[in-house]
Amino acid sequence: MARTVIPFGPQHPVLPEPVHLDLVIEDEKVVEARPSIGFIHRGLEKLAEKKDYNEFLFVAERICGICSAIHGQTYCQAVETLMNVSVPPRAVYLRTIWGELSRIHSHLLWLGLMADGMGFENLFMHSWRIRERVLNIIEATTGARVIFGVCKVGGVRRDIEPDAIPGILAELDSIEKDMRDVTKVFLNDKSVKARLCGVGVVSKQEAWDLGAVGPMLRASGVAQDMRTLGYAAFSDIPVVPITRTEGDCYARCAVRCEELFQSVEIIRQAFNRIPPGEIAIKVTGNPAGETITRTEQPRGEVVYHLKANGTKHLQRFRVRTPTFANLPVMLKILPGCDLADVPMIVLTIDPCISCTER
Amino acid sequence: MGYFQMSRLALKWALTKPPTSRYPFEPRKVIPGSRGRLVFTKDNCVYCTVCAKRCPTGALLVHRAEKKWAIDRLRCISCGYCVEVCPKKSLELAGDHAAPVAARAREFT
Repeated sequence: MARTVIPFGPQHPVLPEPVHLDLVIEDEKVVEARPSIGFIHRGLEKLAEKKDYNEFLFVAERICGICSAIHGQTYCQAVETLMNVSVPPRAVYLRTIWGELSRIHSHLLWLGLMADGMGFENLFMHSWRIRERVLNIIEATTGARVIFGVCKVGGVRRDIEPDAIPGILAELDSIEKDMRDVTKVFLNDKSVKARLCGVGVVSKQEAWDLGAVGPMLRASGVAQDMRTLGYAAFSDIPVVPITRTEGDCYARCAVRCEELFQSVEIIRQAFNRIPPGEIAIKVTGNPAGETITRTEQPRGEVVYHLKANGTKHLQRFRVRTPTFANLPVMLKILPGCDLADVPMIVLTIDPCISCTER
Repeated sequence: MGYFQMSRLALKWALTKPPTSRYPFEPRKVIPGSRGRLVFTKDNCVYCTVCAKRCPTGALLVHRAEKKWAIDRLRCISCGYCVEVCPKKSLELAGDHAAPVAARAREFT
């Protein structure tokens, strides 16, 4: 049978960001997927050599809009390791709270995009409707809706007043109730199940061998979550990775749905245990040495490699983002699937191309 | 799961107020502490140029001799770094946003 090449992207209705795939198809089946990335490369890693390490934090936060809070946090953690700075415990808890709020808004955004991708517009609107309320909490506590800008080397820039905590917790309870309603539809609706079950299956071994991370790996049955390493406040707040064994698009959707409630629980625990005290310490001097820091972003594990030589500019800054790690798995599962399932498979890795290309 | 789960939700939400505001028709609600427009107070500024040097996007320009302070609104990312480093506290971030700007130009104060 004759083979046809169909271009998928860089501009495609299901893609929030530009990535291009050349899909070689036979009849309606994909036999090969050839990716090309690089549409939004901004050279951010090189900028580390021009901005001083404090200013570069603003660049690190802008690697990606949706995982911005955790990018900032990871960068600060890496610089603090280089400079042997110990952050006040209250700041550590605040970073954890904002990190989990960002996970909730990222997962809700993804659930909305997923519903939009399968043509379930009503569900898309409802997911984003709930996300709007999470963004309001974020704006009230950090001053911005998406790029938080609250982390700094040595602590955080803002505090959450004790008087505001009951209000935030009450709002979270109400958000959790709405999320239960929406995730019930994602997990039980017949049309959603028909669209996602058995599509893009990755076995546990394949996911592990190809280096998948985050919900993609956990949906295939590997219990790996960087939060279990105990960075930030996770040394006090235990996290049990949420896993599924099916490894299909439905499992990846289910893992993200369950992680929403896990994050709400983490925020509650963090608010219960948050110690009083300073939110930042003064940091003087310049970083020197080399370090690797790993944290769990909404999309999976992010690895920061920093090299500094005692000047105010970093010598080398390198990021391995979760989407970059998940692309090989996506390319592995695309051959053999139906052309109509390609958008679902591409979406379930939660592609963040800005992160990947930096 | 019972039947009509989604229909019930759609009906419930159709009867409640939208979480977003109807922006151009009603003014944006200012959330206290929101990082919006950068406000410069001339009175206590000593034109030390620290804000312009530290600005990550190069949005600020300070002429020490002429005693002039300028901002390019399209470059400013409202990060608040200048507010943090200003020794005289003559900068602050207001909760509301600046009026729309069409061209990349500096507003001198």
